[in-house]
Amino acid sequence: MPSNKSVSDAPIVQFTNCRILRSHQLQREDLWVREGKILNPEKLFFDEKGSADIQLDCKDSIVAPGFIDVQINGGFGVDFSLATDDFKSGIDLVSRKILSHGVTSFCPTLVTSPPAVYHQVLPQISVRNGGAHGAGVLAGAHLEGPFISKEKKGAHPEHCLRTFEEGAFQDLLATYGSLERVRIVTLAPEMKRSSEVIRELTKQGICVSLGHSVANLSQAEEAVQHGATFITHLFNAMLPFHHRDPGIVGLLTSDKIPAGRRVFYGMISDGIHTNPAALRIAHRAHPKGLVLVTDAIAGMGLAPGRHTLGQQVVEIDGLNTYIAGNCSVSPCSPGTKTLSGSVATMDTCVRHFQEATGCSVETALEAASLHPAQLLGIEHKKGTLNYDSDADFLMLNNSLYVQATYIAGEEVWRQEALGM
Amino acid sequence: MRLVILEDYDQASEWAAKYICNRIIQFKPSQGRYFTLGLPTGNTPLGCYKKLIEYHKKGDLSFKYVKTFNMDEYVGLPRNHPESYHSYMWNNFFKHIDIDPNNAHILDGNAADLQAECDAFEKKIEEAGGIDLFVGGIGPDGHIAFNEPGSSLSSRTRLKTLAMDTILANAKYFDGDLSKVPTMALTVGVGTVMDAREVMILITGAHKAFALYKAIEEGVNHMWTVSAFQQHPRTIFVCDEDATLELRVKTVKYFKG
Repeated sequence: MPSNKSVSDAPIVQFTNCRILRSHQLQREDLWVREGKILNPEKLFFDEKGSADIQLDCKDSIVAPGFIDVQINGGFGVDFSLATDDFKSGIDLVSRKILSHGVTSFCPTLVTSPPAVYHQVLPQISVRNGGAHGAGVLAGAHLEGPFISKEKKGAHPEHCLRTFEEGAFQDLLATYGSLERVRIVTLAPEMKRSSEVIRELTKQGICVSLGHSVANLSQAEEAVQHGATFITHLFNAMLPFHHRDPGIVGLLTSDKIPAGRRVFYGMISDGIHTNPAALRIAHRAHPKGLVLVTDAIAGMGLAPGRHTLGQQVVEIDGLNTYIAGNCSVSPCSPGTKTLSGSVATMDTCVRHFQEATGCSVETALEAASLHPAQLLGIEHKKGTLNYDSDADFLMLNNSLYVQATYIAGEEVWRQEALGM
Repeated sequence: MRLVILEDYDQASEWAAKYICNRIIQFKPSQGRYFTLGLPTGNTPLGCYKKLIEYHKKGDLSFKYVKTFNMDEYVGLPRNHPESYHSYMWNNFFKHIDIDPNNAHILDGNAADLQAECDAFEKKIEEAGGIDLFVGGIGPDGHIAFNEPGSSLSSRTRLKTLAMDTILANAKYFDGDLSKVPTMALTVGVGTVMDAREVMILITGAHKAFALYKAIEEGVNHMWTVSAFQQHPRTIFVCDEDATLELRVKTVKYFKG
């Protein structure tokens, strides 16, 4: 029937026969989209006397908000910490490829690098909406380092580590060059003058994350009081939980978190970085703060072998990635068992998280969509299927495999039917 | 009248839905020749709506050429409040069928001039050619729509204050907080429903049994406003066994035939 809308002439699409994730539950409701946003069909019916122009049958798929990856170092041979000539096309490639993993928005992540790298790379990161060209870059990069602890550097190159004890925030600014395209900074809060730095970063709207650190719980709590809201890959590159000093891990149940604030924590649930039992402990202690991240590196999506991660070389073997041995010296130094990022994809992480914790499908999906959106303070337009949100969503089957990816209401990726 | 007695709620709902479905199909509505349906809200018709949706989804029934007029709506409740009758109709009926939004009429309880809104509603019914089939329910106090005890049996669409019984019964939908329950509503009058060419009243459950008794076995009385339909040429009462509990055995046997 002809639709008769008083607000807009843009076509209205009604996705039917689906189960949508709304209000923390999968509900049998249709999803309505107009002009790239989720539309309220009741308002359309009564206020505008409007109806759908196109109806699409989702064949009983699960429809969930698009995944948001706030820690991804590269993929498909592209390394965001390498200042190459074709850096832009590298980011474009990754942003396009991760659509098939269900990621519709991401924060390109740079590991500890020399200042020259930041100065060259950051200006080339354009904050932009997603679309057919690829997932959107959400407000900027995630800078993991160089203001981190030597003892917990993990795969980060020691010679590039820095402190800001001399000039505090000015040191940080000089290192990065500009904070214009920066959204998240990971630092170690036990470093001298970190409180000032955290306060200033928070004031500038940048999310401060604690990681690669030997901080104890009270140092971590102080950092939170100054504005830190995230923990970088919980358990990894920090002191292990101890019952008399839980360290950063203790933030999950700390009673010193300022009222009205929530501490979020990244988890790489690839089955390697965290034992499933530890994943369960964290999830049960603080389910609403869990944010799934891939921490994916250049080798993600490629065959096993050697790839770069900023200034380092890493070796990939199956799902395991370790700092490689150095064969440019003689004799070859042996490979290490130091984990260095992952090659897991976001949808794999979601599935593994759901299996390992036995949590509901809704919880697993929210850990990759709603929670990162809440972390970045953008849940009014991303991370949910609420009315007036951006129409970035996925169609998944019951086993949580992505069948199709939509950005702003347009299909940007679809699983090809398997030939028989 | 016809008194149709089914064994339980589900069967009564199905009977009523089939009746409505057949009426629409037999009428053969088309462009410019709409079937006009009066509709109720509340718990009782939910089963009937579910069945109608089922027939629609099966492809047996279209509402493309059906115009609907709801009986009532609360005054002062925001239209998108989960307990408004707009929300009820959207969630339980309209969003599942193919009705044209221009043909779904519900009184606006937030209109600037409430009486003008009521008059306009009466006019819309008139312009639509009157109501072919008005479906209604019955309150435990025998009211039809919000025509509370004492309402004139020749009343038209107007603003009504809700009886305390009704407010208490509704409290459960407003977190048990009496202060949140609307105290006024816009409602079609008894006379408005009497003008319909055919009327079908759904009555299920033992708690409605006394009202049914008063409505059909006692006299026409403005204290039990459903009794007005004793004087309508084509009324069907559809009920389940429990709703007949206060009737005389003779009445039930006669209608079970």
